[in-house]
Amino acid sequence: MHFAESDLVSTATANLSLTWTIVSLIYLAAAAGFVMGLHLMRSPKTARKGNLLSAFGMACAVIATVVMLYLGKDIGDVAFHVTGWAWIAIGSGALVGGLAGLISARKVQMTDMPQLVSIFNAVGGGAAALVAVVDFMTRIRANEAISLQVSIPVGLDILIGTVTFSGSIIAAGKLQGIVSGAPITFFGSRILLLLSAVGGIGGIVWLAASPGYLPLIVVAVAAFAFGILMVLPIGGADMPVVVSLLNAFTGLAVGMAGFVVDNTILIVAGALVGASGSILTKLMADAMNRSIMSIMVGGYGTGDSGAPTGPDASGGAVHVIGAEDVAIQLAYANTVIIVPGYGLAAAQAQRECGELGKLLEAHGVTVSYAIHPVAGRMPGHMNVLLAEADVPYPLLKEMDEINGEFDSCDVALVIGANDVTNPAARRPGNAISGMPILNVDHARSIVVMKRSLGHGYAGLDNELYTDPKTGMFLSDAKKGLSELLQVIGGYFQ
Amino acid sequence: MNPELLTSLSFFILALLVGFEVISKIPATLHTPMMSGANSIHGVILVGALLLGITADNTIAYILAFFAAAFAAMNVVGGYVVTDRMLGMFRTRPDSSEGKGSK
Repeated sequence: MHFAESDLVSTATANLSLTWTIVSLIYLAAAAGFVMGLHLMRSPKTARKGNLLSAFGMACAVIATVVMLYLGKDIGDVAFHVTGWAWIAIGSGALVGGLAGLISARKVQMTDMPQLVSIFNAVGGGAAALVAVVDFMTRIRANEAISLQVSIPVGLDILIGTVTFSGSIIAAGKLQGIVSGAPITFFGSRILLLLSAVGGIGGIVWLAASPGYLPLIVVAVAAFAFGILMVLPIGGADMPVVVSLLNAFTGLAVGMAGFVVDNTILIVAGALVGASGSILTKLMADAMNRSIMSIMVGGYGTGDSGAPTGPDASGGAVHVIGAEDVAIQLAYANTVIIVPGYGLAAAQAQRECGELGKLLEAHGVTVSYAIHPVAGRMPGHMNVLLAEADVPYPLLKEMDEINGEFDSCDVALVIGANDVTNPAARRPGNAISGMPILNVDHARSIVVMKRSLGHGYAGLDNELYTDPKTGMFLSDAKKGLSELLQVIGGYFQ
Repeated sequence: MNPELLTSLSFFILALLVGFEVISKIPATLHTPMMSGANSIHGVILVGALLLGITADNTIAYILAFFAAAFAAMNVVGGYVVTDRMLGMFRTRPDSSEGKGSK
């Protein structure tokens, strides 16, 4: 922290440096809390404790900072004068932001979680960029000579933070459906993207060469445009990867802010998040068998992969069945694997799904859930949704664990999942080639519950639907599952 | 390179390595809460926002400080609360409805 050490300490007494020592130790403890908190997230049993530990560390760091600022003011420094308005600005800001965060976190539907994470990510990046701007302004106004050690992190912080801010907002918009999920490109959009990248980097070089407000504005504007132009051409199906990547970016921006203000806790926390975000992004891209680069280039997803040919989506050899048929199959099966997908989440049918599982289990059917790594709208999203519906997590099986079990399973019940079950992925030459899929087609019988015969995100026909073993139960997940519950409940009475 | 920058850089690199190590052990089941949890950790920028916001002494700086604090506080409070909400739902066996005796 530049002013506490260089400015305050020199004018004030040893008293403040003692305060600063204590605060630094608290920061160190908080950073340890973040690491240990993440470490406890290895198991669902300890994860909640881990999050609380992390939150506790955060609270200590924030409170220690506020106390130090208050004491610092009393000691009476000369480097800058703290105005009442400054307290009002940060106090009311923290209050408004904290309340907004609290309310949205309490109210959000679990299905809308990815959007909310993206919004929190956006504001985090925005805050990191603003911190660098405020720091820079203070230095300029104090007529301080700005070294490269300051100007480069400031430039990078503003660049990365602003890209995250605008990019995450577009990503959230796409997930929410406010911005079209289809890849959006327009004439010259690639050139503009390139120009904004050049503008951002050039701006940093300019800022380093002659620090001033103009290059700062260039960096910010170029980064803002870059964030938007980068995310717009990426299809909705790839948004989780984008959110995760932007999460890593925010981590880096916060780390840069740490370099700017010379604050260890920002550096450590930023690096932790940068690392976690990059790993998760890599894992997700692997689960979709795509490189991060090809995702970021965009154009993949709804509408852009050419007109799908082959078995037509509107009938053909599709075998449509009703609730009674499905109910009989399920009730007399020995083993059922439920394959939940986004359709389940979108219909908010996780409770009905959990109840169906429980009902079948109570009557001797072995039920498990096959969770594709990218089921839902985020890795692990489906687990959260089913946990909300009281499905015990040991029943939720990951793809590698369950893929061998489809061969011996009587009925695979696919609820609102599409691309992750498409056997076409095993063949080369289409949009999902090579994507790891669930071996649903290996089951003895397959029931697909789906609202219509439309396409998934990849815009491809699903060959599973025309498989002779497959019965299509065309219904909204919530309505269909309620019907099934009723019919099966009748059998067991 | 001055000693402070060197120290900062060391912290940064070591924390990156710790991050890789810790995160790669987290199972896919918990990836959403983990992402959300990591998301709240970068809300620590609130500390930066407070440290710099207090130096504001003109209207533009007040406005920037207000938004920096608001954004960061939203990130931190919302992030932790929503992660806790998610993790609270993970149970081995729901105690209320175990499915026994309904036969």
